[in-house]
Amino acid sequence: MENTTYKQTSILDVPGIAGSLSTREGHRLWRHWKDMAAEHSMRLVTTCVSLLALVMGAVLLTRAWPILSSRPLAELLFSSTWHPIRGIFGFGPFIAGSLMVTLLAMLLAVPFAIFSAIYLAEYGQAIRATFKPVIDMLASIPSVVYGLWGVLFVVPFIRDVVGVWIGSTLGKSIPFLAYNNPTGYGLLAGGIVLAIMVFPIIVSVIEEVLRTVPQGMREASLALGATHWETTKFVILRKALPGVIAAIVLGFSRAFGETLAVMMVVGNVVQIPHSLFDAAYPLPALIANNYGEMMSIPMYDAALMGAALLLLIVVLMFNIGAQLILARLTERAS
Amino acid sequence: MNRQKRRRLEEAIVKWIMRGSLLIVVAVLGMIVVSITWKGMGALSWQMLTQAPQGGFYLGKEGGILNAITGSLLLALGATLLSLLLAVPVVIFLHAYSGRSRWVNMVRLALDVLWGIPSIVYGAFGFTLMLLMGLRASLLGGVIALALVELPILARTMDEVLRMIPAELKETTRALGTTRLELAVILLRQAIPGLVTAVLLAFGRGIGDAASVLFTAGYTDNMPQSLLRPVASLPLAVFFQLNTPLPEVQERAYASALVLMMLVLVFSLLARLSMKVLGKYVIR
Repeated sequence: MENTTYKQTSILDVPGIAGSLSTREGHRLWRHWKDMAAEHSMRLVTTCVSLLALVMGAVLLTRAWPILSSRPLAELLFSSTWHPIRGIFGFGPFIAGSLMVTLLAMLLAVPFAIFSAIYLAEYGQAIRATFKPVIDMLASIPSVVYGLWGVLFVVPFIRDVVGVWIGSTLGKSIPFLAYNNPTGYGLLAGGIVLAIMVFPIIVSVIEEVLRTVPQGMREASLALGATHWETTKFVILRKALPGVIAAIVLGFSRAFGETLAVMMVVGNVVQIPHSLFDAAYPLPALIANNYGEMMSIPMYDAALMGAALLLLIVVLMFNIGAQLILARLTERAS
Repeated sequence: MNRQKRRRLEEAIVKWIMRGSLLIVVAVLGMIVVSITWKGMGALSWQMLTQAPQGGFYLGKEGGILNAITGSLLLALGATLLSLLLAVPVVIFLHAYSGRSRWVNMVRLALDVLWGIPSIVYGAFGFTLMLLMGLRASLLGGVIALALVELPILARTMDEVLRMIPAELKETTRALGTTRLELAVILLRQAIPGLVTAVLLAFGRGIGDAASVLFTAGYTDNMPQSLLRPVASLPLAVFFQLNTPLPEVQERAYASALVLMMLVLVFSLLARLSMKVLGKYVIR
């Protein structure tokens, strides 16, 4: 090793320093210098990436500031009049639309997801090995494909079967089930498509949480004579409850921001939906549909960026909450 | 005895519910794949795959979606490379330079939170950045927005891969007197199969993402020409073709969706395969 010469081309290759570099000590210094340089640059990148969410929030806030500073927040959030040309921006219908589609999707997806996740995590490796890839596949399908499927199958199904049937029976007495929108495009279609899209996310998070429950607890419960389901119900689910809630919250926030698939089937009419079959207009669809003309109407761009900011804030709050719960659970498990 | 029966019945019923719910979901997946394939095959032709739209494409005349296929691949490729450039330093920093600390957990939390941000928000943010930089809708803009979408996916997946490397490897390497940067090279080499998987997953996500490229990459009927020109993408091709009134053009949307779905599924299969094939060469 003594005779090895170390040739490096760098800014340190100036006469004088180069002399000391060929020595062992010089080489040590050079390695150390590289290490430190890498540390500082990588720390910088890591810090920037970690702050990205805040930067995004700040940038969107500046762009939305004209509208936020000129109108009271309550009016923006709760007013249901949306008339950009006259300068009236009430996000009420969009917020209501987003909330209703998302809630509907969660109602449809969560029960299936909980049972599926339990089955995957608790009933043997063979089942998991078979079905986990299928769930992962479901997660990888692009949202526009889900949207197309919704347009081709879900919408006609609602228009010709579900809507007609419910509209002529329950719909007559319950206003929320009234069938006033015979196109099929509406809340229910959006909810169904969205439910299928968030299902894999909820399942994989719940499944992961269930697997952090210590094996000993299962064995103890089974040894006491409990059946498999009783063990799951009284021991595992109770232990994993915060994680299940976190999974649902994560699914909610994912569904809240989903754009294209929902937009393709939900109808996009600016109104507060009063029935399961009414068209709705969620926030992401508002942004995606109108970015084209947003530069031509005053304040319109600020309003759309405000909508993006609102989405970001809701998703950030939900996500941070859920992730903190999950982090605590997995920490305890490991 | 009666109680015993009831408990066993409950067990059986719940098991059937679980099987049923899983079965329904798998059936829905099968239905989506089969129906899109079936609808798409009808409209798919050699011409669709090898030509850009000609005049009158949206009236049902000649042309194909080659512009969207190449556009999507270019967007995803550029975005994956760009986000690798950011993700690799982050994971190296997490694994070679910092031990277990609060700070590391904060970075992980930040990445997880970024993962959850909807891509339309990345699109709006990317659009604002482009305005600041004086860019119009272009391949470059789309690549930047898409890179931000892929960044947390890539960084978090790679992070999980590196976490599986046994601590002894780290300790042994350091005990031989390496610097942390040299340790990083060893760690990355050890994690190659997982890294390939992560890159393929992010790439697949990039091809399928539409909301982020909607404002930033725009859409065009021409083949991609320059970084500063708008570029077509498959998801938007599906979307726009579906929104035309002519049934012949809508048929093309089915074919485009089939191509998109196949591309994404191929990449997700490749990701799975690479883990299996390359995973043999890893010390566990």
